[in-house]
Amino acid sequence: MSNLTRRNFVKLTGGLAAVSAIGLPAFSAAAGSKRVVIVGGGTAGATAARYIKRGDSSVDVTVIEPNTEYYTCYLSNEVIGGDRNIDTIRFGYDGLRGMGINVVHDTVNGIDPAAKKVSTAGGQSFDYDRCIVAPGISLRYDTIEGYSEDAAGTMPHAWKAGDQTRLLRAQLEAMPDGGTVVMAAPPDPFRCPPGPYERACQIALYLGRNKPKSKVLILDAKENFSKQGLFMQAFERHHNGMVEWQPVTQHGGVVSVDPAAMTLTTGNGDVIKGDVFNIIPAQHAGEIAKIAGLTNDSGWCPVEAKTFESSIHAGIHVIGDAAIQAPLPKSGYAANSEAKVTAAAVVAMLNGIEPGDPSWVNTCYSIVGPADAISVAAVYRLIDGKVASVEGAGGLTPMDSSATDRAREVQYAYSWFDNIVADTFG
Amino acid sequence: MSKRKMIAYALGSSLLLSVSQLSAAPNGQLIADTCAGCHGTDGASVGPAIPNLAGYSAQYMLDSMNAFKNGERHGTIMGRIAKGYTEEETAAMAQVFAALPVYKAAQETDPAKVAMGGPLFDDGCANCHENAGSSPGDDAGILAGQWLPYLTYSMEDFKSGARAMPTRMKRSLDRLSDEQVDAINHYLASQQ
Repeated sequence: MSNLTRRNFVKLTGGLAAVSAIGLPAFSAAAGSKRVVIVGGGTAGATAARYIKRGDSSVDVTVIEPNTEYYTCYLSNEVIGGDRNIDTIRFGYDGLRGMGINVVHDTVNGIDPAAKKVSTAGGQSFDYDRCIVAPGISLRYDTIEGYSEDAAGTMPHAWKAGDQTRLLRAQLEAMPDGGTVVMAAPPDPFRCPPGPYERACQIALYLGRNKPKSKVLILDAKENFSKQGLFMQAFERHHNGMVEWQPVTQHGGVVSVDPAAMTLTTGNGDVIKGDVFNIIPAQHAGEIAKIAGLTNDSGWCPVEAKTFESSIHAGIHVIGDAAIQAPLPKSGYAANSEAKVTAAAVVAMLNGIEPGDPSWVNTCYSIVGPADAISVAAVYRLIDGKVASVEGAGGLTPMDSSATDRAREVQYAYSWFDNIVADTFG
Repeated sequence: MSKRKMIAYALGSSLLLSVSQLSAAPNGQLIADTCAGCHGTDGASVGPAIPNLAGYSAQYMLDSMNAFKNGERHGTIMGRIAKGYTEEETAAMAQVFAALPVYKAAQETDPAKVAMGGPLFDDGCANCHENAGSSPGDDAGILAGQWLPYLTYSMEDFKSGARAMPTRMKRSLDRLSDEQVDAINHYLASQQ
């Protein structure tokens, strides 16, 4: 060990997860203090915390998250459809605490990149050597007239899982047979690109079984959408004309909503009445990213691809949905994958080692009918300083895949969920 | 500049280049960590349809990824993912899983099927799958303690021809009924 040059050491250990196995004393003199503050305990934040500890248990890791329980957005559509109990998508933070991670339930209201300090609404202050910001999304209520956090109590977005998921489910249960569910699908970029269409399938599954005279109308802010061919096939195959999707050119966009009248108005001037409204508005990075000056004009956070360190403020990394990460999508798998790359980079940087080459993956399942799921996957690497999808790899479930494969993809989706939440929350 | 010196410089820079290429060798741990989203942290799956990878021999892992890549092994999503890595990257990832202790999933099995499957396995499979399918060294995967749904899918694919297999395995499998294969799967899943 003592004969190794640093370059050989890095090469032999292949980056850093092996560093903790070998031990860090060789670097302790150069390392100094190693405090990481993570803002947000969702998929990206919780994964980053755990993988930093795995990489170097001597790093002092604090996660600041307002909620004591986290509900995953992934598989929440099955809760809305009624096939899944919401308790199965709820996770606490004991798994993180068990690794020696400090979990604080408070709301971050400021990050000072010069002083390297994070402050909270509860009056606490945390010093960091590296900060990871993973606040997820904020909903742009102001993009639809009449829509607001208050209005979402009548016309739920259900795009952050939990009470909103319960509300939408309860409204579907209360809806009379023959009613119309109106969904507004958001413009790009947004969290979980296939999510609105999987949701339409799940709602149609419930209605088909219980209220077969009902309809689901999707008013999209886009001309096309993720896994479109496969979803259109599923609407046809399983939902028997119950789901109607309209591109933005057909209706002119959702301009305003009236929760009291239970109507919305389109850009074409049509007033559409519904029994249940699921309004998923345009999105930006989570609020704290804006407050901390980490966003650009797009409302999202520009980052250096190799480490996801902010291009605006050094020492702060932004991961998960809040980052400008394309072609990586805003998905749970991508958040988990980005968190690991960034955790490895942060541990390396705290120990004076050059971060290794990143490697990311995305896998995303949508459950579209009974024993029928579809998927998209991709592998990403760093090319010319940018995240790039590896050519010749990845892609979608084939349109003509067998019933056996579709049924297996449902089981893979469930097993994926079991594994990713264990990997993320412990 | 003398010709000799130019050659020396050229050699020097090519040496530098090769060193920088070496330091950019694939980061096996980082690649292996991306697998955890589906296959479980450190390749210990808690989702029964997806296999444990912990303890697989590096050779078996490399062979599997290559089989997914070239279509010899049917997969829903693995073919799409395996194509994303070079041989060198796959090999580096495989080394990481090979270094981990074998993980055996605790699960419920049918005792009658387990009793029926044991002798069938010993008779038809144990020559290649050593120690009740628990030896990484046989480069034939870890079958002992593997998840039952995964074993079931695998055997369905071997039987249907969706997954290629060695001639010897095909000879053994052709002699087994679906009920016998199911019994062997239960026997393997029960091995802790």
